[in-house]
Amino acid sequence: MSSDTDKLVEINGLSFRRDKRAIFSDLSLQIPKGKITAIMGPSGTGKTTLLRLIGGQLKPDQGSVVVDGYSVPDLGRKELFSLRQRMGMLFQSGALFSELSVYENVAFPLRVHTNLPEDMIRDLVLIKLESVGLRGARDLMPSELSGGMGRRVALARAIALDPELMMYDEPFVGQDPITLGVLVKLIRQLNDALNMTTVLVSHDIDECLSIADHVCVLSGGKVLVQGSPEAIMKSDLAEVKQFIQGLPDGPVPFRYPAEDFALDILSATPLRTKP
Amino acid sequence: MTTRWIEISVGGFVIAAAFSLLLLAFKVSGLNFNADDDSTYTVYAHFNNVGGLKPRAKVTMAGVNIGRVSSIEIDPQWYDAKVTLRIDNSMRNKLSADTTAMILTSGLLGENYIGIVVGAEEEMLADGGEIRDTQPALVLEDLIGKFLSSMGKE
Amino acid sequence: MLDLLQQVGHRILSIVGGLGRSAQLLLAALLGLGYVLKNFRLLVKQIYVTGVLSIAIISVSGLFIGMVLGLQGYSILVDFGAEDALGQMVALTLLRELSPVVAALLFAGRAGSALTAEIGLMKATEQLASMEMIGVDPVKRIIAPRLYAGIISLPLLCILFSIIGVWGGMLVGVEWLGVFDGSYWGNMQASVNFTHDVLNGVIKSIVFAFVITWIAVFQGYDLEPTSEGISRATTKTVVHGSLAVLGLDFILTALMFGDF
Repeated sequence: MSSDTDKLVEINGLSFRRDKRAIFSDLSLQIPKGKITAIMGPSGTGKTTLLRLIGGQLKPDQGSVVVDGYSVPDLGRKELFSLRQRMGMLFQSGALFSELSVYENVAFPLRVHTNLPEDMIRDLVLIKLESVGLRGARDLMPSELSGGMGRRVALARAIALDPELMMYDEPFVGQDPITLGVLVKLIRQLNDALNMTTVLVSHDIDECLSIADHVCVLSGGKVLVQGSPEAIMKSDLAEVKQFIQGLPDGPVPFRYPAEDFALDILSATPLRTKP
Repeated sequence: MTTRWIEISVGGFVIAAAFSLLLLAFKVSGLNFNADDDSTYTVYAHFNNVGGLKPRAKVTMAGVNIGRVSSIEIDPQWYDAKVTLRIDNSMRNKLSADTTAMILTSGLLGENYIGIVVGAEEEMLADGGEIRDTQPALVLEDLIGKFLSSMGKE
Repeated sequence: MLDLLQQVGHRILSIVGGLGRSAQLLLAALLGLGYVLKNFRLLVKQIYVTGVLSIAIISVSGLFIGMVLGLQGYSILVDFGAEDALGQMVALTLLRELSPVVAALLFAGRAGSALTAEIGLMKATEQLASMEMIGVDPVKRIIAPRLYAGIISLPLLCILFSIIGVWGGMLVGVEWLGVFDGSYWGNMQASVNFTHDVLNGVIKSIVFAFVITWIAVFQGYDLEPTSEGISRATTKTVVHGSLAVLGLDFILTALMFGDF
């Protein structure tokens, strides 16, 4: 276990259920300040939900979520919105506003939260766009961008207000190797240059292990193991091994639970169709 | 540029709708704010029964429109209907004091309107004057009733 | 038996829940008026989307409905020798019933469904969530301008529909079938009352605009963010919107014109 004293995000005894299905039960997790923390786990373990709980978009059923000393679920609307100005989040789909141009998308948080004059906003937007290498694409509409470019613009927008906490939701999904490399480099650079704390949710093992300082593996609504990437690689837990090495079958079963195959084939019950 | 076009078209849209509302007010519902202007003058007529006559019905002479009914009210003194007519200024001082006003019906089922026939006197009706010689509306039910009772007598 | 009862109960609870959520959304969006007025351009943009882009369909339908009224009205009235009353018939049917109702139905199909799909897509692509993370309330920024734009646009469209319809009736009645021009307008002016007929029609369409836009933004905001969910919500907007318009029309007509 790491011995860092200053944690930006602390989660204790968190429980959350959706439609009677428990997504987290008694989850505890700390995110150290100024580092890149990767939260990994198979799909369906509620990694995105965790980010939304940190951002205060969802409220936990039990337990506490504390960001920089503020208990997120107990914050009033105003305080929550001002806390969110210190957080940036990159959504899985990029989530650029489709009715605004690239420039306006990046300018959006600045216009909303600052009273800066137009020429200063312009300078800031161009700096942010330059940092993701898309200064030339400022007049395009989101629909004209490729997936990777969209994600980079969204990244520029997320860092427009220089957040202290940056959250990435599956940033590597569906990207070609070149974009992947660019994104990995960007995340590392931004974290170090802007002195941010980064939370990265992903199931891309190689990329995560290559940039993260701290790794948490989630499974079944609990933290399976956490520690440095090296420690995770050497972990003896069967579930962790299966996940890291990408084995098709193991503690996480390949098959959806079903009755015995031979019996199923032989029984002549017709397929059930939805009424 | 596109924002400009959007704002122009929205402005045009609102103005077109406002103009249409004005058209509805004046052309379709015949709203007239300057009813008391100088283009008409007022004459009163008392009728025993106005039948289906309504405000805004036309006032004609020899079949030509010369004015409108502006209001119909009960006269509590005589218990008859006091009808206010607004007559075109072109007919000012051209209606004699013994002019007759009749309530007529356009067609069998049509609207009631007022027909005016001038008399022979030298004296003319002034603004605010009164037409004394009037014929009430023909009420179909009364006519049928009279017809039936006269049939019964024979 | 108990299963059936449970199903009924489940349905009722989900309907009540939906009503509650939609009322909550409506209240929050109406309270966003200050934000809308401060960001007036958002409103103008949405009036363009819901109003200006619907002008074409409204004008064409208004013209044809006016022309059909002229034709049908003439063929009925001519039997009584009352074709002079054509203007009155066309204007009253349009002003009191047809323009508010038909314009509202077209609006539900054209603008309402587009609103639902747009908001639904914003939800599905996490635009609403990311706006919230940036610290802007999507109800104020996205929902409120659309709600107010809808409430403004439809009455204006309804007025345009009426005037074009009256003109279409005149085209057929006067220009083609030979009703006397003066009696077309004269009879109309004698029988149409500005407050009773024109304003009541506009009030109807304001009520319809409110209900349709409310349904449309709620369906978009509340939908399940999948392609199936979006298509289901769009259908719901048109079906619920149209039914609400027809039902409300009866109630409003009874209230406005019921005192015979």
